[in-house]
Amino acid sequence: MIKIAQLSCGTEYSSVQYEIDKAARSVGASMTYPDVSASDIDAAVERFGFKPQSPQLKLMIARAVQLADRKYDADAVFIATCFRCAEGALVRNELRRFIQDNTKLPVVTYSFTERLKAAQLLTRMEALVTVVTRKELLARERQTGVTVGLDSGSSTTKAVVMIDNVIAGKDWTPSGDVIRSAETVLENALKEAGVLMKDVEAIGTTGYGRYRLGKHYNAKLVQEELTVNSKGAVWLANKQRGEATILDIGGMDNKAITVRDGVPDNFTMGGICAGASGRFLEMVSKRLKIEVTELGSLADKGDWRNAKMNSYCSVFGIQDLVTTLGDGKTFEDVAAAACHSVAEQVYEQQLQEIDVRHPIIQVGGTSLISGLVKAVGEVLGSKPIVPENSQYIGAVGGAILSSGFLEG
Amino acid sequence: MKIFIDPPNSLILFDLVERSGHEPLSTMAAIQEKIDRTEIDMPPMNLSLEDVMLGLKYAGIEVPSGVRGRLAVWGPMIEAAEAAVIMEDCPYSFGCVGCHRANLMVRYMIKRKNIPVLNVNYPNNEDEATDLVVEIREFLEGLK
Repeated sequence: MIKIAQLSCGTEYSSVQYEIDKAARSVGASMTYPDVSASDIDAAVERFGFKPQSPQLKLMIARAVQLADRKYDADAVFIATCFRCAEGALVRNELRRFIQDNTKLPVVTYSFTERLKAAQLLTRMEALVTVVTRKELLARERQTGVTVGLDSGSSTTKAVVMIDNVIAGKDWTPSGDVIRSAETVLENALKEAGVLMKDVEAIGTTGYGRYRLGKHYNAKLVQEELTVNSKGAVWLANKQRGEATILDIGGMDNKAITVRDGVPDNFTMGGICAGASGRFLEMVSKRLKIEVTELGSLADKGDWRNAKMNSYCSVFGIQDLVTTLGDGKTFEDVAAAACHSVAEQVYEQQLQEIDVRHPIIQVGGTSLISGLVKAVGEVLGSKPIVPENSQYIGAVGGAILSSGFLEG
Repeated sequence: MKIFIDPPNSLILFDLVERSGHEPLSTMAAIQEKIDRTEIDMPPMNLSLEDVMLGLKYAGIEVPSGVRGRLAVWGPMIEAAEAAVIMEDCPYSFGCVGCHRANLMVRYMIKRKNIPVLNVNYPNNEDEATDLVVEIREFLEGLK
């Protein structure tokens, strides 16, 4: 059983502890609490250097010190505090740094509300467990044989056929029925690769529909998108060694993952609202009566400073857009402002929860929107790398990792 | 009389109040009541989303859920309280390991209720501890 050390404040009184335990159990892990004696707390807080007022935050710090001093054995760390608690947010982020500086344990941080459900944590917990149990597989740098990766995402479904470390066929389609969408893209990818289904030696599935697809295709690998996408991203960007940050602004949620030699060691996933997701850019394109694929080049020609669009909410964001267009601003400036707004929110809401390491590899379907990549570069002060086939990270990762099951 | 104790899970304060013939209002009793609800299975404390929502009576939605969840437990006790005993500067082993914001709000709610309140400091030695017990007893006797 994988032991995930929980450092948290407020979970019991927020009625979410049960959901956290449930999410951990469902991926074969258990939440544990580093033992701390009451007399150790003050010394631990003194050593840590940040002295919060809340006793439970002090207890969190003391538990982190136990992990750092190897006095308590755990495989991974889950750090959580209440959403909207400033003191909690500061401690959460600094403890994450402290754990990373003093241990090699994978860490995930989370700020919860009382509405947290186990399903929201499932991918994060699964990724923590994967990093612990499949370290060797995740360290894999080459694909071998004939394998397929299927990525059933919230917006699009992708298939990639890889043969001996080369992408031989690929296809994508907007997601509809999970199985039918996958069948369509797989058929086209196989055709492009010039191989038949019977030639395929292993299949790896990821994304929201991974379990259904895994069962349908008897996949050798059924794995969450955080670790699979990381593998695909570093392979596509040819950055398998060293450190990097992977940024995937998705249709429904965003992922920011830091990796060391291709293996994730910290990640943040989600978004408080759609205003910081690819879905918002789709809504903007619809209102501008253009295809989302055209939005990027339009934004490249505009200047976000000329149009006001800084709402956190997609609905109010569109309201800003309507007002701005009413004021006679150009489509170019509005498109640039929309991209800048998403980039800024990703920075404000998500990238604060990890230590951004360079290079930044921007992936996923939205990485094809050049205006968004430019905006991310402006916000972060460093232009992200967008590898070729960046929208296929999940499928590529699935194909690479599933080939690990062919040997031995 | 119903006496609210702070920290609300202090066994020592609970015992002193009970020995004086009053009814201590404590976290233990409130949580026991929740744990006994067999229709809900949400360990460790059986606090449900509905319980946390009750906290909205005491603090708005912009207040963290952990604060509202705590106030949902302690708020009704403070409403019912006829007096309170508050221990200042106590160590972790004495009572609640909790949220400072929630603790601040509890103190404020007690003050606003305008009931007899005894504020005592945590004793540093045996003599102070003896004086403390006498002081609390006298306060509780005086309420009768």
